[in-house]
Amino acid sequence: MTTPHSASGSTVYTAADPDEVRHIDDLDEQADLYAAPGEPSEGRVFNAVGGDWNDIVGEVGSRPEERIVVNMGPQHPSTHGVLRLILEIEGETVTEARAGIGYLHTGIEKNMEFRTWTQGVTFCTRMDYLMPIFTETAYCLAVEKLLGITDQIPARASAIRVLMMELNRIGSHLVCLGTGGMELGATTVMTIGFRERERILNIFEMVSGLRMNNAYVRPGGVAQDLPAGAIQAVRDIIPELRQGIRELELLMLENPILKGRLVGIGYLDLTGCMALGITGPMLRSAGYPLDLRKATPYCGYEKYEFDVPTRTGADAYDRLWLRVKEMWESLKIVEQVVAELQDNPGPVMVEDKKIAWPAQLSVGPDGMGNSPAHIAEIMGTSMESLIHHFKLVTEGFRVPPGQAYAAVESPKGELGCHAVSDGGTRPYRAHFREPSFNNLQAVAALCEGAQLADVIVAVASIDPVMGGVDR
Amino acid sequence: MTETPKPADQPPAEPAKPNEPAIDRAEKTIETPPVPGAENLPAQPGTTPEPVQRGERTGMFGAHDTGDTTGYGGLRSPILYPGAAVRPYGGDFDAIADALEAATDQGQIARTVIDRGEITFVIPREHLPAVVRALRDDPALRFELCLSVSGVHFPSDIGNELHVVYHLMSITNGHRRIRLEVTAPDADPHIPSVVGTYPAADWHERETWDMFGVVFDGHPALTRILMPDDWPGHPQRKDYPLGGIPVEYKGGTVPPPDQRRSYS
Repeated sequence: MTTPHSASGSTVYTAADPDEVRHIDDLDEQADLYAAPGEPSEGRVFNAVGGDWNDIVGEVGSRPEERIVVNMGPQHPSTHGVLRLILEIEGETVTEARAGIGYLHTGIEKNMEFRTWTQGVTFCTRMDYLMPIFTETAYCLAVEKLLGITDQIPARASAIRVLMMELNRIGSHLVCLGTGGMELGATTVMTIGFRERERILNIFEMVSGLRMNNAYVRPGGVAQDLPAGAIQAVRDIIPELRQGIRELELLMLENPILKGRLVGIGYLDLTGCMALGITGPMLRSAGYPLDLRKATPYCGYEKYEFDVPTRTGADAYDRLWLRVKEMWESLKIVEQVVAELQDNPGPVMVEDKKIAWPAQLSVGPDGMGNSPAHIAEIMGTSMESLIHHFKLVTEGFRVPPGQAYAAVESPKGELGCHAVSDGGTRPYRAHFREPSFNNLQAVAALCEGAQLADVIVAVASIDPVMGGVDR
Repeated sequence: MTETPKPADQPPAEPAKPNEPAIDRAEKTIETPPVPGAENLPAQPGTTPEPVQRGERTGMFGAHDTGDTTGYGGLRSPILYPGAAVRPYGGDFDAIADALEAATDQGQIARTVIDRGEITFVIPREHLPAVVRALRDDPALRFELCLSVSGVHFPSDIGNELHVVYHLMSITNGHRRIRLEVTAPDADPHIPSVVGTYPAADWHERETWDMFGVVFDGHPALTRILMPDDWPGHPQRKDYPLGGIPVEYKGGTVPPPDQRRSYS
């Protein structure tokens, strides 16, 4: 085996046999030091351990036929999780860029086929961990379509879904801006973003018992009604969020350093977006106001007043700008929903008890669980209830055979769920059209021809979350 | 395990019914004379969709791996999926179907299924490239966005085990959505790629290949995307086990999820 070490500005390889000590220039054209004996050579290896970088660059430049392929990731602080970017570079310019994914593949879709329809929520909420409520809602809308109960969902349940989704949208955008800023070296952006998101997570914890992976939206409605004081808590954080978002806005939008890094970077026009199936802020930054909340309203979005901001620059800066504005629009919706929820008590689950059961839950000191009243009934009062409870928990409810597709406007674009049933108690197939997965295809279009440093900005402007990409 | 209508990917087998021009079928439904009390009579053949059977369910409680002590073990019920729709389709669907029939040749659409407010065109696989090209380019259709491509494995659908579904949206024509369904047998899992028309399908087709083993002919680089490059097998197929290890807790053992008693 050879061990490289640095000596007097050039790289020297020490072999086990001292006679084999050679300078790098003496090496064979095709020498691949890392190939095992007998293995085909992958080409010449340039070792960047120690020495002067210019020497290495100069050496490479003397061989124009050589290509430099750099693996950025999968463990790199600025690739948004375990994303591997395979970049071919020429000096500082990226000539080719490809994304390698799959490092976070957890087989969630396959796992869902072995659990009941209700348990599916617990799995899919873990896909894109920054927007769990959206994935749950898309799944539940698809299951409800399969069950044919879309019209029976109580208005209050839909309103709570909207409330949670819009808060989640703000949280997701805050992380996008925060981590995006951190990747540029602006840690204050990150601290503000995460500080503000914490307020939203506190609400989530109060409502669902969990900060993330909530499994709060269930087929037929939501797991339980808002606890006492939740509406007031939301009302209390709205001015705080306003202040925080305003702070971010002031810090970022007209910041000359940030604009210098973002304006004109990661350009993808409307034609490119259409060809690559791009939706969400990326498409709206190219000037097209496609927003499913307006285009094909679901969960009662048609009741709320909000705008769909657009820009025409189609670059990373415009996407950032749009995300900030979308947070303001989400706050507008939150205010309207809170007023609606305050005045309209009512059920939060469909009437059909077979579908509604596992959602008779409450938040206890140790998280969400069966409500004490329900336990008292099945254990102390009614044998029939116990039998039904047992069968519905172990077996679940049946869903008529067929397929359905439901889509919601997530912070990253269209999030769709294609659910197929064979008439059983488990999803026959549940596939998620993840916006992160689809939009990451644009990496090549955004990065090729740009500087290496712009790759970070361009990828951050897609806002991919690998949990969603790899599922 | 029976299959009522003909599989979609045997094109010469059924030139007759589903390919009749749109107007004929529409007229037929109008022609029926208004008989008084007609709503009390059974539906005439050809006026309601006939479901497609894919498999059969036995017993009442969905458990297959234990002896039956309930007395319901002999119960057999077919698993019925929605069948070919009959004109008029209602809503926007007639307009979409008319435009698609005008833009494509006879026999390029095997079946149209309308279920739960969604329209699905079943396309014989050899016609898929022509149909998607028409769907994208015809001014009356203009389905610009191919949002998703994914697979479904139906081992009980003999001769059409692998289904691939495409979800398209037209933003020009009022955010309409349609679904295309293309099938291939397990023995010959080839389907033409649509990447030439919809570049967005690139990764989605790679994922479908990775998960189901469907070979998309003409794809520029059909490689695995989620699983490692050297992974054997295609995990989302129904014959691929979920796997897992038994969980031991206080001396008791819980088997992995795919070996537990199931009630599906």
